[in-house]
Amino acid sequence: MAEAGSIHGHGEARVQGALVAALGRERALRLESGVELGPFTIAYQTYGRLDAERRNAILICHALTGDQHVASRHPVTGKPGWWESMVGPGRVIDTERYFVICANVLGGCMGSSGPTEIDPASGKPYGLAFPVVTIADMVNAQALLLDHIGIPDLFCVIGGSMGGMQVLQWAASYPDRVFAAIPIACAARHSAQNIAFHEVGRQAIMADPEWRNGDYLSFGTNPRSGLAVARMAAHITYLSETALHRKFGRNLQNRERITFGFEADFQVESYLRHQGSTFVERFDANSYLYITRAMDYFDLAAEHGGVLAKAFSGTRTRFCVVSFTSDWLFPTRESREVVHALNAAAANVSFVEIESDKGHDAFLLDEPEMFKILRGFLEGSAEHRGLRR
Amino acid sequence: MNEGPGANQRGIRIDLLSIADMVEPRSRVLDVGCGDGALLDYLARFKQVDGRGLEISQAGVNACVAQGLSVIQGDADADLKDYPANAFDYVILSQTLQATRRPRQVLTDLLRIGRRAIVSFPNFGYWRVRLDLLLGGRMPMTGTLDQPWYETPNIHLCTIEDFLDLSRDLGIAIERRIAIDGKGRSRQGGRPLDNLLAEQALFLLRKNG
Repeated sequence: MAEAGSIHGHGEARVQGALVAALGRERALRLESGVELGPFTIAYQTYGRLDAERRNAILICHALTGDQHVASRHPVTGKPGWWESMVGPGRVIDTERYFVICANVLGGCMGSSGPTEIDPASGKPYGLAFPVVTIADMVNAQALLLDHIGIPDLFCVIGGSMGGMQVLQWAASYPDRVFAAIPIACAARHSAQNIAFHEVGRQAIMADPEWRNGDYLSFGTNPRSGLAVARMAAHITYLSETALHRKFGRNLQNRERITFGFEADFQVESYLRHQGSTFVERFDANSYLYITRAMDYFDLAAEHGGVLAKAFSGTRTRFCVVSFTSDWLFPTRESREVVHALNAAAANVSFVEIESDKGHDAFLLDEPEMFKILRGFLEGSAEHRGLRR
Repeated sequence: MNEGPGANQRGIRIDLLSIADMVEPRSRVLDVGCGDGALLDYLARFKQVDGRGLEISQAGVNACVAQGLSVIQGDADADLKDYPANAFDYVILSQTLQATRRPRQVLTDLLRIGRRAIVSFPNFGYWRVRLDLLLGGRMPMTGTLDQPWYETPNIHLCTIEDFLDLSRDLGIAIERRIAIDGKGRSRQGGRPLDNLLAEQALFLLRKNG
């Protein structure tokens, strides 16, 4: 991280150990909604060293509840980075070889502009005055960040889930800036079922009286229970029935028999409550609304007349699409649609489906098959790009 | 892809080597049924081709991608239709045509996607095959047809003459042909006894006109 410091220009500040870039100062970022946003900030982390030719940069795009702390201790929770099994010295994304960037998405709550940040116009937190952002807006903001850091083009963009959506958007919006793209456990558009799950989460937040029409920061309240319920519902979708059964079955939580009440009798209930309550310590409820909305709005084919292949026409990017057998949130079928579109665009594409019973979250976990495949893909791509070992 | 006759000193099977010899350096190649990627890897190393693969088994695909090859899971019957016309200089279908559901459609697709197609298949007119059936009265098994009738994926076996008939029907021109005998020796095809002596046949095809 320290090595990267020398290449950063002006407008830098360190907040909670993260780098923060002030962007859109001369010219505002025009959002998909038509709103002009600027100036705004993007908080990010870097790992490793940018080579002299500036050709070894890998951008990691995080998922809905992730952030820029991909391979370093989280400043709020104190936990290791969320993808340390993948990113680090000697790992698949080898920080001794590649310069790794991970930025908190626009609308996030870890230092990038979003509903928790202060609106320069009013001097108060944005709350719901923050404009609705899309996956394309997030990617456009990241592109400005790269300009700011001084990276002309990326060796690779990689991410899972919403991170994978950003990868696809990157490849479609900036084909000349992406040498290799690895969209994992994602889709080119959010399905009706996924929008439905998100709506349940948003309604849980908005039904919490402490939400105060989104203005809870001014009132000094916090819709913790609403956000916790949203997280609990969503968390189920990240797992699989097999994984839940293996982990918990119908086991009881610290008791011999059921209590004929509504305590967390079952271990699975206790687990979900824990997931909910720890999540609210590190995540903002309004951010959750904005980011889920960005995912719902994602439909890459829509801006290309409904033909997904057109989003990739003429692309020279090398793709490696990855899905997991037990992922029912972003099933293999949806990755296959992306692959079909890439084939129709005569793109250079690899596609692997990985056998796992861990559900959608498999991409975050220790999956040796995934590591082996991505190592090979990156190695091959690095060779084609002429990167030194 | 069947395992077929043994690998040669350059590390790949003799029939794959004959295929590789038909491919111009630095061309764009799609290998349909690429198996473990041996041919694609060879073509990338020695002919600098821009290669892609299609493979039905996920394990095969994963192994290919792990060695840096661009391969997707799919099969000739279902997935060729996605590719645009003339996307490749060569589309290769090695020892797979006889296992497709609609060989006629597959051949048409190969020459739509590629400017040329390279197709190899076991020759059902091979004398050992004929003899097995004639004298043994049972489904033939040879080096290239090495599985019993109840295990084999081959559902559309043909002889060289059958293949030539279909090519004529489809307006396909044959640029080169190679006959590979039971000992794995390949020679220029097109001789009168090929249909009897060749265990495998290999064709370089293009559209007429």
